[in-house]
Amino acid sequence: MPEMTYRDALNLALKEEMRHDPSVVVWGEDVALYEGSFKVTRGLLAEFGEERVRDTPISENTIVGVAVGAAMGGLRPVAELMTVNFALLAMDQIINHMAKARSMFGGQTTIPMTVRMPGGGGSQLAAQHSQSLETYFMHCPGLRVAYPATPADAKGLLKTAIRDNNPTIFLEHELLYNSKGEVPEDPEFLVPFGRAAVMREGRDVTLVAYARMSILALQAAADLEKEGISCEVIDLRTLAPLDTETFVASARKTGRAVVVEECWETAGLGGEIAYRIHRGCFDALLAPVQRVAGLDVPMPYSRQLERLCIPRPETIITAVRDVVSGRY
Amino acid sequence: MDVTLRGVLPDRELLRFYEQMVLCREFEEACAEQYAKGQITGFLHLYSGQEAVAVGATAGLHRDDYILSAYREHAQAIVRGAEPKRVMAELFGRATGVCKGKGGSMHLFDPTLNFMGGYAIVGGQFPVAVGLAFAAKYRGETRLAACFFGDGAVNQGNFHEGLNWSRLWELPVLFVCENNFYGIGTEVHRSSAVPDIHKRTCGYDIPSEKVDGMDVVAVYQAVKRAADWVREHGRPYLIEAVTYRFRGHSMADPAKYRSPAEHEIWKARDPIPNFGRRLVAEGVASQGQLDGIGEKARSLVAEAVTFAEESPWPADDEVYEDIYV
Repeated sequence: MPEMTYRDALNLALKEEMRHDPSVVVWGEDVALYEGSFKVTRGLLAEFGEERVRDTPISENTIVGVAVGAAMGGLRPVAELMTVNFALLAMDQIINHMAKARSMFGGQTTIPMTVRMPGGGGSQLAAQHSQSLETYFMHCPGLRVAYPATPADAKGLLKTAIRDNNPTIFLEHELLYNSKGEVPEDPEFLVPFGRAAVMREGRDVTLVAYARMSILALQAAADLEKEGISCEVIDLRTLAPLDTETFVASARKTGRAVVVEECWETAGLGGEIAYRIHRGCFDALLAPVQRVAGLDVPMPYSRQLERLCIPRPETIITAVRDVVSGRY
Repeated sequence: MDVTLRGVLPDRELLRFYEQMVLCREFEEACAEQYAKGQITGFLHLYSGQEAVAVGATAGLHRDDYILSAYREHAQAIVRGAEPKRVMAELFGRATGVCKGKGGSMHLFDPTLNFMGGYAIVGGQFPVAVGLAFAAKYRGETRLAACFFGDGAVNQGNFHEGLNWSRLWELPVLFVCENNFYGIGTEVHRSSAVPDIHKRTCGYDIPSEKVDGMDVVAVYQAVKRAADWVREHGRPYLIEAVTYRFRGHSMADPAKYRSPAEHEIWKARDPIPNFGRRLVAEGVASQGQLDGIGEKARSLVAEAVTFAEESPWPADDEVYEDIYV
């Protein structure tokens, strides 16, 4: 299996799906001539031409809304928002239109579209460019939300998103674009939605995470192994649907769980996951579920302060030690 | 009257215009009655007064052209071909409604009629219409997307983004503004720096015109000409149809912000009796025929109400249906 970056895996997924289905079209700010601000759409214009790969005005709500209409009209658009932060300008089309059209019209239409958006913090981009808004989307019925952690999942989940007849929010972590991993070459390689990955098996504590947080959880687990604490790492892959069965089964087995989330802690997705674990296996828990989350502050610019705001392997390790030793 | 109706359309088409306008009016008045009885709940925005726009415009389009509208869209759906009884059932929240009772008054939809929805976020339909036009062009189809909206929608960013985008990508969108002068209770000159809405497309190099929205034939002619232009040039066009709603914004609005005098001026321009008088004057129809059309519309609407009343409620397990594929 060839090794490639998360960025190239996404790029390959786009190319394969555009070759596979002529109704797949791509548009967004600077995706064509400039080849994407993160270069995920590199080579698309050259291979597929201006009809299928289009630069748009800086009009985020319309970027999404045109995709809603095009999807209703029988196409399979993949829209890119330059970053998740700009999705806030498109929330009307995402929440009120993309997520609602099928149900409010009585199931008479499908919206087979994908909105890709890079996000996450850690690059000293300050308050307006460092947000983790995944909870906003998974809160809304009618949407699928995928957020890959590995290059293989980046490819397999994006292909599933494009082929799926439901509207999908596809989040990509900016700090993972250069990460490398083995990626299947098979153009029919798809990663199904709603099935979490057990990235590492363990006995003592379950770490539930997603996207970059899963990578940090794996790093923490490797260090904790050295002190004799065995962690099971569950990567959610999709936040909607949420594979409750897998993380509850894991928590039942280990008796302890720590949720690692990059979003703000208050009303963050970790609260929902903790609730589901408590409800699903309260009898088997040896400790309350803990959370390691983004700090409840607008992201400061200075890296000295920023590092405090995002979970790190050290903060995960501390939380796991606390849970295992009963300090909670 | 400079133009004779018979010079424009054959008698049967003119009578169909009259019939459709009367049906829409009777339908809306029945809705008001059923709302008062508590059979229709939620928001209810009635179209009475604006019928010439829906009827004239729809006649000026092709059957395969997409139509999208806002939340005052019963007439557009019915004129396009939705059965009044299934629209009424939708308003009653019944399983037999056009959207199985899940959309209600503001979200009528029927893809078999290319009626692509009522949208209830002001201006939300602009990008969707642009997207449908893109899909049509991409697939090599000759249809256009007709996007209806009110004067209140033109100060939303979506309007300007949609104009810019449709011109930039050269998409077949016909924008039809139904200027009834009020965004709920705010008169257009209190919300728009340029209240002549058709003038606002000049910044996007989109041709536009204003038409008397109380004259069904004038609307028909303008829309037909514009739609043909859009098809020929593959570019957007905007029509501002000047009209008036005889009722408040919704059933919750007694419309106290409008003077009785203003209301009377517009009532005198009611598109239905005026058109009826022209039909009689030109010998297209007798008063007796017009009365018969009125009777027929009333009985059709009465049947629709009975159908809705007798229709089943959606089953409880429907609540989780139609969300995901």
